[in-house]
Amino acid sequence: MNGRVEEAVIVGGGPAGLAAALSAWEKGCRKVLILERDRELGGILNQCIHNGFGLHIFKEELTGPEYAQRYIDMVEAQGIPYLLQTMVTDIELLPDGRKIVTAMNKAQGILEITADSVILAMGCRERPRGALKIPGYRPAGIYSAGTAQYYVNIEGRLPGREIVILGSGDIGLIMARRMTLEGARVKCVAELRPYSGGLKRNIVQCLEDFGIPLYLSTTISEIHGRDRVEGVTLTRVDEQGNFISGSQREVPCDTLLLSCGLIPENELSEKLSVQMNSKTGGPVVNDRLECSVPGVFACGNVLHVHELVDHVSAEAQKAGRFAADFVRERHGSMPAKAGGEV
Amino acid sequence: MENEAGKGRERETVRRITCICCPMGCELTAAVNFRGEARVTGNRCPRGQEYGKREMLCPVRTVTTTVRIAGRENEVLPVKTASDIPKDKITECMNELAKVAVSLPVEAGDVVLENAAGTGVCVVATRSKGL
Amino acid sequence: MKKYDVIIIGAGVSGCAIARELSRGRRRVAVLERASDVCEGTSKANSGIVHAGYDAVPGTLKARLNTLGSRKMESLSRELDFPYRKNGSLVLCFEREGIKALEELADRGKKNGVDDLKILRPDEVWEMEPNISPEIAGALYAPSGGIVCPFGLNIALAENAAVNGVDFYLSHEVTEIAVQKEDRGIKQEKGRKRGEGHYRIYAGKEVFLSPVVINAAGVYADRIHNMVSSRRISIVPRRGEYCLLDKKAGNMVRSTVFQLPSKMGKGVLVTPTVHGNLMIGPNAEDISDKEGVNTTACGLEQVLDQGRASVKGVDPGLLITSFAGLRAHLTGEGREGDFLIDEADDAEGFFDVAGIESPGLTCAPAIGEYVAEMVNKKYPVPAKQDFQPYRRGIPNIAKADQEERKRLIASEPSYANVICRCEMVTEGEIVNAIHRPLGAVTLDGIKRRTRAGMGRCQAGFCSPRVLEILTRELGADPMLIRKAQPGSEILQGRTKDSLAQDFQRKGEPE
Repeated sequence: MNGRVEEAVIVGGGPAGLAAALSAWEKGCRKVLILERDRELGGILNQCIHNGFGLHIFKEELTGPEYAQRYIDMVEAQGIPYLLQTMVTDIELLPDGRKIVTAMNKAQGILEITADSVILAMGCRERPRGALKIPGYRPAGIYSAGTAQYYVNIEGRLPGREIVILGSGDIGLIMARRMTLEGARVKCVAELRPYSGGLKRNIVQCLEDFGIPLYLSTTISEIHGRDRVEGVTLTRVDEQGNFISGSQREVPCDTLLLSCGLIPENELSEKLSVQMNSKTGGPVVNDRLECSVPGVFACGNVLHVHELVDHVSAEAQKAGRFAADFVRERHGSMPAKAGGEV
Repeated sequence: MENEAGKGRERETVRRITCICCPMGCELTAAVNFRGEARVTGNRCPRGQEYGKREMLCPVRTVTTTVRIAGRENEVLPVKTASDIPKDKITECMNELAKVAVSLPVEAGDVVLENAAGTGVCVVATRSKGL
Repeated sequence: MKKYDVIIIGAGVSGCAIARELSRGRRRVAVLERASDVCEGTSKANSGIVHAGYDAVPGTLKARLNTLGSRKMESLSRELDFPYRKNGSLVLCFEREGIKALEELADRGKKNGVDDLKILRPDEVWEMEPNISPEIAGALYAPSGGIVCPFGLNIALAENAAVNGVDFYLSHEVTEIAVQKEDRGIKQEKGRKRGEGHYRIYAGKEVFLSPVVINAAGVYADRIHNMVSSRRISIVPRRGEYCLLDKKAGNMVRSTVFQLPSKMGKGVLVTPTVHGNLMIGPNAEDISDKEGVNTTACGLEQVLDQGRASVKGVDPGLLITSFAGLRAHLTGEGREGDFLIDEADDAEGFFDVAGIESPGLTCAPAIGEYVAEMVNKKYPVPAKQDFQPYRRGIPNIAKADQEERKRLIASEPSYANVICRCEMVTEGEIVNAIHRPLGAVTLDGIKRRTRAGMGRCQAGFCSPRVLEILTRELGADPMLIRKAQPGSEILQGRTKDSLAQDFQRKGEPE
């Protein structure tokens, strides 16, 4: 496996990585490899068991796992290779313009893969509590909404029973409904801004349907409880974001879910020293979705946080095509014939 | 946001509704007259028209959740109602699903519960899972 | 009843350093700790600084132990394999008049045995540290200042003590200490005179008997002391709040940057950590609650503001977490300002290690030796022939080079299975942390031993995975896996358990 040579290495097997791999393959690349750190392909879609995906791409409403499966089936049908539980630890640029992708997994140890092109499709992560500067103790019971989603939807475990949600991002709204359906009590959703960060449909079907209040211009000024969360203090904020004195209100709860924004996960991109866009948190790309390092492409939430997975797939499809173009230009002809030397 | 424009027999119930069919979230105005006929404006596609009418007469939702897997403590199977069910049947549907434990293997689309909450709608697996 | 030759109360860095030193001799030593892990009090939340030794007033115990501890830290870090780096310290002054104060500090340092101190001109400082404020008038440079992983040091001392035969009783809070005269039952009044039998210590539903007790109970050292001695002491918890920034900010400074203490306050330091983050803090506030480790909105603001006065361009957007720690500040009776490390006047064999505030972490290696010397003098025992001074830490995949990684993975493939993405901590490291002496049983225990969950996503991705590994390796019920102390269980039940009667309900009833 060491010394493996690829035309396109795709870092991440979520919606972006899968669509990019497929499209590179369809455009003629035959040495494509997807590296996925999780136990299965599909990325975050596996835990997004709600519906609403696929209206643009498949013209029907699918759940996250169904949407992922469509792409996984296509990848399997083409026989595109992938490695699971494989973590990319480094990407280096060689003097000849190729890249060395270093990865590791339990079965093969350390892999060093030489690639003509690399497609970055690592997705994003949630903003943690620390970044929100909420004072108080550090008890158990504070989870990002996505972590709670994993416990509930993948493992069937409840991280709490009396819930307050801070931030009205879509994952938070979706989790308000999920926790309610599973028997927890969602007390309220607090949103710092005067408007919700989530889709309107999610406000309706996740909050209004269940009578869960959404408090706008409201934040959490303190977390109570030493070992386990025992409550939070809600405080209203004015237009400048300052606390309005006298507006404090304590809400007892055992769990605080945070849904306060997503951050593109670009630590690998930074190792490659690609130029970053401080506004989007993703790499700077040209109209071919190519980063400042030639032959490195980025798509999906690693580039900027998308509202819809359909848009991620569409963008990734382009990235895969541009990567294939790059490989073709580099080789001066069509890349290695199918079934050629590996 | 409900108001009744009452003019004798021409009484209408009017509501502003946010369409949930797609991420556009169109703001619909839906009205139902005394004959139980609904009229919808503000939609940008035919699905919105349909949604607005149903929301006035008999609101329905797709339920997505999970069910237990027999013999697995740390894993559940994602499922959904095969089509929309009346909103007021959601709780009953969840209570029935709480008693379900499927045996593996399961294929996406396999029925895990028939006639959920007496609605005539099945609940189906949304992913396959091997042994 | 459990009999020991020495009982140490508290498994913080002082208690564990003492335990290790005492384990060099042939005696039975036990450590009693109220928390379910070592390093759960003051030792877990501090600056992680190895102070060069110019701060303390010459002639004090603090001054002496600081210089000694600072000198010992490097060799100890090699013996016990914990992260330490000599990165040097700077004390900035912002006004011309401040230079005089810097000179006083340098002089004080010299008296304390720190003789490599230097006063730098602003341009020399900026050449060393380009991000330092343009407002400075000068700085004191202490090349021997360093940084250490506070958990790493504490846990290494504890593990090594355990390997050398010290028994650790975790979750054993001392509730009462009495004096038991030989054959004549239990004496209720305080104090103990020469040759008068043993201390009888009630902790965690067990009774321990020992002629020697060492009180290293941190902010609770007054409570323990006052159980035995009628000459009461009082410890005030002095809270300090900290902000920890992403590794992206970790190279803003190389050295630890202090401010000259001024009327404006005690001054906040900005330092890289041994793991490559940037840390800013602490402020200082005396509080009454010995468990008051909550951060406050104005405290965090204050810390960030003062940090930005030293180092320009500190980006609060890179904040990944904040925390507060308590320093055990001794008050009253002219004791203020120094450690209290001595045998109690009216209680023979009862040794206080109290008021161990800053630079307590630096002093720990010296405190260990100092206390062991006192005990050895009075209660001599032969040295242990098989004392094992060395300890290997948990392999660190993130820091290992490619060859080392390959070697580790060849020995154990799970060193290739990354669980914590942000800090690149593998399954192998987590399993190792669980199965070593005094192994981790909680998420925080794993975090402090391996850094899993300590990165920029703050355990968002890895906590379900770490919980799963703990469940598997300990053969435990996942519902009982905790973040830290009892009551901090992560999971509260199974989904739908309140909907269906057919399933056992595990959580709290509504």
